[in-house]
Amino acid sequence: MERTWHKPLPVVDLLIRDGRVADPLSGIDAVHDVLVKRGKVAEVGKALAAPKGARVFEADGMLVLPGFVDLHTHLRTPGREDEEDIASGTMAAAAGGYVKVFAMANTDPVVDTAAALRGFADSARAEAVVPAGSYAAVTRGLKGEQLTEMAELAEAGAVAFSDDGRPLATASLVRRALQYAKVTGRTIAIHAQDDSLFKGGQMHEGPASARLGLGGIPSLCESLDVARALDIAAYEGAPLHVHHVSAAATLDVLGKAKARGLKVTAEVTPHHLALTDEAVASLDSDLKMNPPLREEADRLALVKALKSGLLDCVATDHAPHSPMSKDVPFEEAAFGTTGLETAFAVLYTYLVKKRSVDLGTLVTRMSQAPAAIAGVEPPAIRAGAVADLCVVDPRATWTVTPEGFRSRSVNSAFLGRQLTGRIVLTVAAGRLAWEADA
Amino acid sequence: MPKRDLISIEDLSREQVELLLDTAESFLPVLERDIKKVPTLRGRTIVNLFWEASTRTSSSFDLAAKRLSADTIALKASGSAVEKGETLKDTAITLSAYGPDIIVMRHPSAGACQVLSRNTEASVINAGDGKHQHPTQCLLDLFALRQTFGRDLDGMKVSIVGDILHSRVARSDIMGFKLLGMDVTLVGPPTLIPRGIEEMGVKIEYDLANLGDADVIYLLRIQKERIKEGANFLPSLREYNRLYGMSRARLRPGQRVMHPGPINRGVEIGPDIADDDENLIALQVFSGLAVRMAILYRTIVGYTDAGSEEVL
Ligand SMILES: [Zn+2]
Ligand SMILES: [Zn+2]
Repeated sequence: MERTWHKPLPVVDLLIRDGRVADPLSGIDAVHDVLVKRGKVAEVGKALAAPKGARVFEADGMLVLPGFVDLHTHLRTPGREDEEDIASGTMAAAAGGYVKVFAMANTDPVVDTAAALRGFADSARAEAVVPAGSYAAVTRGLKGEQLTEMAELAEAGAVAFSDDGRPLATASLVRRALQYAKVTGRTIAIHAQDDSLFKGGQMHEGPASARLGLGGIPSLCESLDVARALDIAAYEGAPLHVHHVSAAATLDVLGKAKARGLKVTAEVTPHHLALTDEAVASLDSDLKMNPPLREEADRLALVKALKSGLLDCVATDHAPHSPMSKDVPFEEAAFGTTGLETAFAVLYTYLVKKRSVDLGTLVTRMSQAPAAIAGVEPPAIRAGAVADLCVVDPRATWTVTPEGFRSRSVNSAFLGRQLTGRIVLTVAAGRLAWEADA
Repeated sequence: MPKRDLISIEDLSREQVELLLDTAESFLPVLERDIKKVPTLRGRTIVNLFWEASTRTSSSFDLAAKRLSADTIALKASGSAVEKGETLKDTAITLSAYGPDIIVMRHPSAGACQVLSRNTEASVINAGDGKHQHPTQCLLDLFALRQTFGRDLDGMKVSIVGDILHSRVARSDIMGFKLLGMDVTLVGPPTLIPRGIEEMGVKIEYDLANLGDADVIYLLRIQKERIKEGANFLPSLREYNRLYGMSRARLRPGQRVMHPGPINRGVEIGPDIADDDENLIALQVFSGLAVRMAILYRTIVGYTDAGSEEVL
């Protein structure tokens, strides 16, 4: 059954020549040609001949990778098309090497009925250049009171259930959602946050918030809520997915839960892997996000957990915001940073180039691991697979500027920073989704 | 010359702070004349933009500007910008019609000065932004200290007592006091001392009995909101007064008391201290004028060590 929808663009015939094909799932890391015929990988090998009419892409010195899958995108549609719509959001995804994205349900109206989800699917069929799926809300209107009709939503193609943006505030609500999820076979995902500890929070609570006089959001705010949800998941024997882990303290509880065999998965964002609360000293509101950037010790723990697999995957939490929400004083600004177009380059620059994480691990965490969590076919570069891949120029350095985005919003935490690694080509579902200007 | 803002004490080096204090001192004779005015900033325009009520700070800036013969415009915004439907950015653009040289702003939100600065050609002086910074208060406190203890504050010991968590004055003072080599201890209930603040190089005490050999006790104002139902920063003002209220009996001879004002009599400060002339509170208010004149002056002419005398 379908979990993503996209525009019926023509499938491609394409020969990608002489790129370094790095696909951990297929066990390849070598220079090869990749032949795509009618949108499927026909052959991976040496000196392949281009069939008549096929486009040839010279990838000498470049990386050919399985395309990325984002488990956490805010496409803002319906309701805030001024910030992002499905066309601009999936174009941003394509420009970032993504071949599938899953949108959060906190739109206006909320995706809390099958009709709303079908509306999303219709828009995606009309506009999405990269296949897009959607979460459905756990509770109606994200109000934290009444469960949505999850079985019908699952039938309509909801990838999973999440009230992202809001925590599931009570233990009994977490419990009911996890119980009912056994009917739907879909995972419950949580935006972990103890609201009583979050109240008034603007940034991570620590030396930087003390110095800046901004309301602190303690690590405890996240780890306590995750610990509670994990205990309930253990009690109910239900799977759980944890959004955007930011704190070392959360990794401790996650590690214990995994060690005792719980079916729990967790994601981490590129910004939490690359930046810390020290950056907030500029009071630049693009660095305001929830969960907040934490301390260097947290960041290092996240990197280590990404490497070990304790954190299963990278997810962007791409959160577009209008200038009305961001070009205002830090304390009045909305939480969130965009991420689709910078995710790979950020992680390549901050982790791979610094040898904290190897390329194969990064590819697994950005592509195949999130696909498995979403229950969709993992992108793979091998004969017979649907062409879901991207080509990266690992030598290209570029500066993040507002003008450079395909996203309709420019609130990137990485504005002004220099990154290495540029996505030059993306093929999603066998269709050419992105090609960088030469 | 690029414009110079004063948003945080961190924007200044030790030399620049000392230069500002020297400049303020050079203005003192002006304030004792019959005609307390110099033509130094004639033709300059200074806007006072206050999004939070503060008669003291706004009058102090206004008078400082007038003493320097600058033209002043005062804008007081009641309620939030959001209510008015005009953003800070819009206000900044509107104000540029006056061609101001300096905009002095107080705002309830940290980060407001940065937004203003991005959208104006004028230099921005922070007169208090949220709980973040109040650099001019810190500079006037330093000036009052120099007037009392002499030019060299190195090695002096200050205890700042009260609600550190919500105090922009405390944050600016910690930075400024440390910059001039002073020793800073924070005293207050653990609920009002922010986690991690010791990394600013301060000591922390929960017990007022441990003021020890402090030369100066700096009392912070306790806001009534801290005892609001459910906030639980303090059980009651009475209990705060019992634990941290300053009275003569709790001071050692020679210890001087400061307070940024307005004071809460019977909460953080007892009447015996509020009314005696040993405290430095009136001197702080007086210092505000000379120091703000110096800040306005230096913001426009720069922080090069040209003697200030010739302009007076
Ligand atoms: Zn979230
Ligand atoms: Zn989110």
